[in-house]
Amino acid sequence: MSNESTRLRRRLAVEGASSVWFRAAGYFALLVFGVIGATLVWKSLPVLTEYSLVELLTSATWDPARNSFGFMPAIVGTLAVSGISMAIGAPIAILTAIYLAEYATDPWKTVISSFVDALAAIPGVVFGLVGLIVVVPFVGDYLAPVFGVDSAGQGILTASLVMSIIVTPFIVSLTVESLEALPLELREATLSVGATEWEVTKHVLLRAAGPGILSALLLGFGRVFGATIVPAMLIGSQTLVPETVFSPGQTLTTIIVNDFGELMSLPLTQSALIFVGLLLLVVVWLFNFAAMLLRRRLERRWQY
Amino acid sequence: MDRYTEQRIADGLVRAATAIVLAVLVLVVGVTLVRGGRALLANPAIVVTPPGSTYMLDGAGGFLHAVLGSLLVVGPATVISTVLAISTATYLQSDYSSERFAEYANLFLNVLWGTPPIVYGVFVLTIMIGAGTRASLLAGILSITVFQYPIITRYTDEALRSVSTELKETTYGLGATRFETIRVATRAALPGVVAGVIMGFARGIGDAATVLFTAGGSTAMPGGLLEPATTLPILIFQQATSFNAEVRSHAYAASFVLIVTVLALIGASKLLAGRFARYTPGGQSE
Amino acid sequence: MTETDTAIETDDLRVTYTADQSVEALKGVSVGFAENELTTIIGPSGCGKTTLLKSLNRLHDIEPSAEVAGDVYVEGEPLYDTDRPVPEIRRKVGYVPQTPTPLPMSIYDNVAYGAKLHDDYSNAELDDVVETSLRKANLWDEVNGRLDAPGAGLSAGQIQRLCLARSLAVDPDVLLCDEVTSALDPVSAKEVEDTLETLKSEYSIVMVTHSMEQSQRIADTVAFLYLGELVEKTGVETFFEDPDDERTERFVAGETIVDTP
Repeated sequence: MSNESTRLRRRLAVEGASSVWFRAAGYFALLVFGVIGATLVWKSLPVLTEYSLVELLTSATWDPARNSFGFMPAIVGTLAVSGISMAIGAPIAILTAIYLAEYATDPWKTVISSFVDALAAIPGVVFGLVGLIVVVPFVGDYLAPVFGVDSAGQGILTASLVMSIIVTPFIVSLTVESLEALPLELREATLSVGATEWEVTKHVLLRAAGPGILSALLLGFGRVFGATIVPAMLIGSQTLVPETVFSPGQTLTTIIVNDFGELMSLPLTQSALIFVGLLLLVVVWLFNFAAMLLRRRLERRWQY
Repeated sequence: MDRYTEQRIADGLVRAATAIVLAVLVLVVGVTLVRGGRALLANPAIVVTPPGSTYMLDGAGGFLHAVLGSLLVVGPATVISTVLAISTATYLQSDYSSERFAEYANLFLNVLWGTPPIVYGVFVLTIMIGAGTRASLLAGILSITVFQYPIITRYTDEALRSVSTELKETTYGLGATRFETIRVATRAALPGVVAGVIMGFARGIGDAATVLFTAGGSTAMPGGLLEPATTLPILIFQQATSFNAEVRSHAYAASFVLIVTVLALIGASKLLAGRFARYTPGGQSE
Repeated sequence: MTETDTAIETDDLRVTYTADQSVEALKGVSVGFAENELTTIIGPSGCGKTTLLKSLNRLHDIEPSAEVAGDVYVEGEPLYDTDRPVPEIRRKVGYVPQTPTPLPMSIYDNVAYGAKLHDDYSNAELDDVVETSLRKANLWDEVNGRLDAPGAGLSAGQIQRLCLARSLAVDPDVLLCDEVTSALDPVSAKEVEDTLETLKSEYSIVMVTHSMEQSQRIADTVAFLYLGELVEKTGVETFFEDPDDERTERFVAGETIVDTP
């Protein structure tokens, strides 16, 4: 009898201790989130008290050695790279997703899906390397001369082309998921009023899967926005507002990569670069939250 | 435009887009394998040779330091983040927390997953500045841990969620405590959990932005927890633009090693999930 | 019962599913469905009812594992062995699925969608098509005034009638209904049944159902399908009171049918 109660007591002690640990781990998820934000805000304060936010965001002069911190070139570069790579990647990704969800049959479907997964798994730095070997000479020696531009190959367009490859499998898998969640009846009902298969996709499926696809695009945009290694290898790293898509430029992330090492000893520069991190965090978090809220709201309205 | 012409054009576009995606994959993998394979074939020993003193100048020696560095950073990081991730995911199950809490926590975890890796790097670096330490293996482990944590948690949470309520009810019905029940549930969810851990490992071993400043990118063999280290992605990043062809070829060889490792891991994760799935009712879970 | 013209008929129709192992779901069915009548197809689950219904509208085209042999004729024109575009064929044969399925658009657009695909209507004409179709589906009075609301906001029974209206708007000859009341509560089911009864004077309706009572209430003719074969097709009274086949007799009586292949 006493043996049994000891055993029970031990089991309950384990239960008690483990639940404290799990609770701590549960709140840890929120803690990580909060601590990252707070740390970055705290270390950004020096530069934020010294300069106004508007000044930082709109000034075009970036010269940390002389305490000029204008993020305009990097912001323009980031928006250009994100915009161009989404403009190239998104249509290709959505069309590929339509192929996978609506056209492909096994075994092709399985094979192509695994290829898309493989593409998504390849590390960014490998894309950067292939970009250097293939895309840089392509842009520098063939594409730029066609447009009559002098280019060494590295620049906004080069980084964007490779980023569009990286973002594609990401959007494909989320879009395929949304399309496959739609009931077969939706396709049958639309076909039965005499729609062609493309009309079913265009008018009904893309609309019904719209919330999911829209959130995939926003999440994809967030990915490109925060991408670091590929732009750092391919954009040419010149902190000037780019004139054409062939110009070298800088993004918010590459500015961190390029300047952190050497200028880390200057406290204000340090703070300015941490502020870039904060800026990235805020924008990407906003995109992520927006994607999720939008999806939830639209789904309630369309009920698919 | 005629409806049927439009249909045919759409068919063509959809197929063309897929062909482009496949062609790009073949190009990326092909270029990496050919260039890297050539460099490796010329001198296979570079993978297991420590770097020489003039490594960054003329590629003397090999990149064993990066291979070891990758393992020493990502291995411990995966262990720590897996323990944390499984614990967090456990708490997010209905046995422990309210639906509302789980929903919010998942929202935050998704956002953490979408956070750019460079931000994690900057975050850990900020802490390092505060603590007055320099780049080290430990800081690298820490940043990869933070980076992997949301990834593995999301996979584990999904795997645990797919465990049937009946299984838990049966276990509770036997008089098991919550802890004992969740252990059974975790075992049932193992394929998903393992797939998540492998995915986390693969992501961690391929990422450069988080460790670029925190691990340090040293050109010496890893010397200890508080000494600087480097990883394969950092090595590729630093050496890809080198003026010395020999140094560049090491970057190619390193990407060969990296891409083969990552693709093998992804393949293994799929196979494992499929194999384990035979023991769970309802079949394959990913 | 007088002989009427046949609206749609199958000739030695065979459907094989080849997904995992080859399963012949329809084993050479030849059956005609009369014009302006309501025919129900009944039979135990898995006997090929829905398969037969879908093949009357070529819906197996989007199911890669389904192979169709034989043919279906609408007014003498073949459905499968033809050069006509499939959408033109489907237009003549409407289909209402078992699950209430609104398209992700407004009530108005749900009905107008099919009509707009096929013809260039002026706005006034389209309004007219929508109103007529909704009236025929007994839904007009309930949705008039909120035609711009999303179709998914309606109740399940209303959605089922919306689906009927959507099919009617493209002016089909035949209307296929797949257990359209099985997902509904009894009151909504009654409303849909009533709607079908009023429609059968204008359209040839083929309806799959698992309910013998429903067949008795609204069918003119009943076809009994068993293990992928047509056992018998006859007028509703004969079917329930004096069937030819022993298997029909047993099924109507609610007994297990001994497997006689």
